Amino acid sequence: MIRLEHINKTFSDKSGLIHAVRDVTLRVRPGEIYGIIGHSGAGKSTLVRCVNLLERPTSGQVWVDGVELTALRAGELRKARKKIGMIFQQFNLMAGRTVFQNVAIGLQYSGLSRAHIRERVERLLSFVELEGKANVYPSQLSGGQKQRVAVARALANEPRVLLCDEATSALDPQTTQSILSLLQKLNRELNITIVVITHEMSVIKKICQRVAVIEHGAIAEENEVLGLFANPRQQVTKDFLYTTSSLSGVYPLVREDSPVVRLKPGEVLLLMRYGTTQVCQPLVSRMSKQFDLEINILFGDLEIIEGAPMGGTAAIFHGTPENIKSALKFLEAEHITVEVIRDARMA
Amino acid sequence: MREWLELWFPNVMVRLPEFYKAIRDTLTMFSVAGAFVFVLGLALGVLLTVTRRDGILRNAVIFQALDKAINVFRSIPFIILLTLLLPLTRFIVGTAIGVRGAIVPLVIGTVPFFSRQVEAALANIDGGVIEAAQSLGMSSLGIIFRVYLWEGIPMLARAATITAISLIGSTAMAGAVGAGGLGDFAIKYGHNRFMVDVTWVTVAALVLLVCAVQIVGSLIARATTH
Repeated sequence: MIRLEHINKTFSDKSGLIHAVRDVTLRVRPGEIYGIIGHSGAGKSTLVRCVNLLERPTSGQVWVDGVELTALRAGELRKARKKIGMIFQQFNLMAGRTVFQNVAIGLQYSGLSRAHIRERVERLLSFVELEGKANVYPSQLSGGQKQRVAVARALANEPRVLLCDEATSALDPQTTQSILSLLQKLNRELNITIVVITHEMSVIKKICQRVAVIEHGAIAEENEVLGLFANPRQQVTKDFLYTTSSLSGVYPLVREDSPVVRLKPGEVLLLMRYGTTQVCQPLVSRMSKQFDLEINILFGDLEIIEGAPMGGTAAIFHGTPENIKSALKFLEAEHITVEVIRDARMA
Repeated sequence: MREWLELWFPNVMVRLPEFYKAIRDTLTMFSVAGAFVFVLGLALGVLLTVTRRDGILRNAVIFQALDKAINVFRSIPFIILLTLLLPLTRFIVGTAIGVRGAIVPLVIGTVPFFSRQVEAALANIDGGVIEAAQSLGMSSLGIIFRVYLWEGIPMLARAATITAISLIGSTAMAGAVGAGGLGDFAIKYGHNRFMVDVTWVTVAALVLLVCAVQIVGSLIARATTH
């Protein structure tokens, strides 16, 4: 649905040349919710603006729905943009217009009759659950309601694609959930392809199928969300995952040398991350029996992502060196990612 | 009442028809020049806004030329502009004196001021809103009329109020070079012939006019702020 080919974007300012986006190539499939995650300043907002050419890439091609946008003339580009909705962190509603007028603005001068526009705006407002707010001004709405108006406005021209630039970053956690559910609903019911830009792994986890991690303007890693959680390859990805997992609690303890993580000779502290299927097996108790180990679980974390369980355990293994070695082999055979955090085994 | 007025404002009361004509002349200069200033200033202010570095029709040549021209005209004191523009005024309206002759310098003297006010007002409009409009596929003209000028109404009303009050001051000054109006009336009698009551009444009339403009401007700004 969306194809970015070798996108580069540079800005020049007083301090010199800034390479905001570096050779980004990616594909977003029709009907999927695709996430782009990165820290602030990583270039993700610039990248998403390259999709509808609010920012024109310095080099590279942008294809949306089979049309190369980078080759279009101004008038054709405007027409193409009508089929690419966009919502923003700060909602960007017009304060001087009512909710109805905000939603209708993209429909005026589009050849639709007044009655037709009214009918469509009312349908959109009921889709985003804002019936009865048509004649209210944005200043009278809450943040979540404003974002719903923005969603309705973005959907007015019946786009195939919706770009979300940090759309939930200005909202409280509960409102965030309701907006994410709304995005899922329009993805499923209207079959709109969605690109989500965020710095929050929890957003990716909740609604995305695939995700690109972006760092210093380039894609560091791209994967199915499930695969990314099970097997993060890049440090930046791991950092993001830790922000959502209680397993990350083990690291500060190690840094502070808390008594909880102090090992006796022969012990080893492991962090195990499970993919999907293994969680259903009683791994810990099996290892304990099979290899005669004492396993002391410090942290456990289990979550359901895209309907599949996913999680990990941080635990201290106590046993003979041979048995611990066998247990590690066993874990490897089960495709569990193991990280040795502390090791007090004899060499 | 009439005796009371004749007692306190003797020089005004014997020149009542002339005083009324002065008010009419001031209002004519104010409204005709004001209409031109509003349209031209709005156009140039919008042009400044859209051609600047981060504008939707970025154009360094137009922006720089306009920016510098406005600075030049704003730095010329109005009283000097009046004489400086004499040849141009004669060329455009056929005379350099009277109400007609005053309108050209009034417009040229006030448009740069109003353009800057418009530019400042439109700068308050969030760039994100403009971006949202672009993402909806709106044309540049559509963005100017349906976003900038619409969203800017409260701030533009305040800018227009400030400019209108400054324009009233200028019409009085134009009186000094024979444009007629309240300024002329006050200088001719109040200043040159020491008729203090004429000065007082003129001031009162101008204060009333300014207050009326301010009230209307504030009402519009308040009614359009949501």
